[in-house]
Amino acid sequence: MRNVLAIAWRDIRAVFVSPIAYVVLTGFTLLSGWFFFNMLGQFNRLASQYAMLQGMDTTWLNLNDAVIAPLFHNLLFVLLIVIPMITMRSFSEEKSQSTFELLFTSPVRIGEMVLGKYLAGAFLVTLMILLAFVFPGMLFVFGNPEPGMTVAGMLALYLTALSFVAVGNFTSALTSNQIIATISALVILLLLFVISWPAEGAGPTVAGVLGYLSVSNHFSKMVKGVIETSDLVYFGSLSGIFLFLTHRAVESSRWK
Amino acid sequence: MIEVKHLTKTYGSITAVDDVSFTVATGEAAGFLGPNGAGKTTTMRILTGFMPATSGTVTVDGFDVFQDSFEVRKRIGYLPETPPLYLEMTVRSYLRHVGKLKALPRGNVNPAADRVIEECGLEQVAGRLCGHLSKGYRQRVGLAQALIHQPAVLVLDEPTVGLDPAQIIEIRSLIRGLAAERTVILSTHILPEVQQICRKVVLINGGRIALEADMEDLVRKGSLEQEYLRHVTGDANFGTSPGTEAAHA
Repeated sequence: MRNVLAIAWRDIRAVFVSPIAYVVLTGFTLLSGWFFFNMLGQFNRLASQYAMLQGMDTTWLNLNDAVIAPLFHNLLFVLLIVIPMITMRSFSEEKSQSTFELLFTSPVRIGEMVLGKYLAGAFLVTLMILLAFVFPGMLFVFGNPEPGMTVAGMLALYLTALSFVAVGNFTSALTSNQIIATISALVILLLLFVISWPAEGAGPTVAGVLGYLSVSNHFSKMVKGVIETSDLVYFGSLSGIFLFLTHRAVESSRWK
Repeated sequence: MIEVKHLTKTYGSITAVDDVSFTVATGEAAGFLGPNGAGKTTTMRILTGFMPATSGTVTVDGFDVFQDSFEVRKRIGYLPETPPLYLEMTVRSYLRHVGKLKALPRGNVNPAADRVIEECGLEQVAGRLCGHLSKGYRQRVGLAQALIHQPAVLVLDEPTVGLDPAQIIEIRSLIRGLAAERTVILSTHILPEVQQICRKVVLINGGRIALEADMEDLVRKGSLEQEYLRHVTGDANFGTSPGTEAAHA
């Protein structure tokens, strides 16, 4: 455990002594604010327009469905692009420099390296998401969105982001080239988004499997306020599987 | 202390190290010589547990590097060809980090870092970023990280390569001091370096051991240069004819 924390702490510090952390945090907060501002503006316009019309069904026009849910969907897309860039250094940089030799000639288990790197990535991602949560949080001061649904959406965004970190670490463990690591992670993540596309034309079993594998299905369901055990299991196992694959990838790189 | 038996390492179809065996006794400083690409770095990487051998065994202090890897790692300090520095850390925080990785007890990490900073003459640069250091200082930090857990065995891979003459002399005298109380394996292709520091010579060429001898015996028979060139080129008269002086540099 001490090694896990030592490795995580070193990586976190490396990100914070360079401009990386500040650029990422500022950029992400800026984008979140921009999305939020525009969605809220649109909500305002629609609300004032609908106020003049009588007898329209306006149940969908609430802060949760019209502001918070689309905001989370947009943030997820930004995370999909940013997280591979955060995690690309994790193993690739050590591999391209001789620090990998330091790790492997020290009494450190591979599992400890993998967990340490994962924690470091998760730490920065946690900060990013906490900053972005300020915006939906503001709605609770000035309006009355539904807390349960909002929290479910926050949980969805956080769990998805954590599994993205695991995927990013995995591709970083495969190569010493950071660009290859980023692009491979991006490809895997995008595939996980669109994997359910052929489901429409497929038989019920295949459609079920593809639907279950899709990140967007689980995410959308949770953002709507439905937390099922299967969704939690899905995100948990996504992280778990990719952490395991990272372990294998790091181990195999010694044998080459 | 170190026993290498029938060590072989292949990368695909390329055999980097082929049936290498040698021993280094406790407290002995062994020079590991050979031309570039002879298999020195590969052998050292196996010896330090960085990568497994294709076949053969290495034991350090009775522990097998593959079976009891952690026991071996605790006993070996390793300076790879490029010092394994995290460039965005200060020297002191880097050494503390290495101390933690080497499983030093919690209270010993800071004193150990201070100790190696003093041992390697890093007081002036302890607060500076590793990435801002000159090559000579980086090499010293590399030595410091190899020493932080007070290992019984030091493995140094070309520690003076790429340094200026003054730095070479400094690092060499530092290593000579360290060799007095430790088992050292020093890889290099600079012959005078071995002559100054080591009591034993292991010469590797094309992945095979060409020579394993005591320095005294070797020097008694002729010069180290002659022996080296004879084994590396396979020409008995090589080095006696004029025009090979350049090789001495």
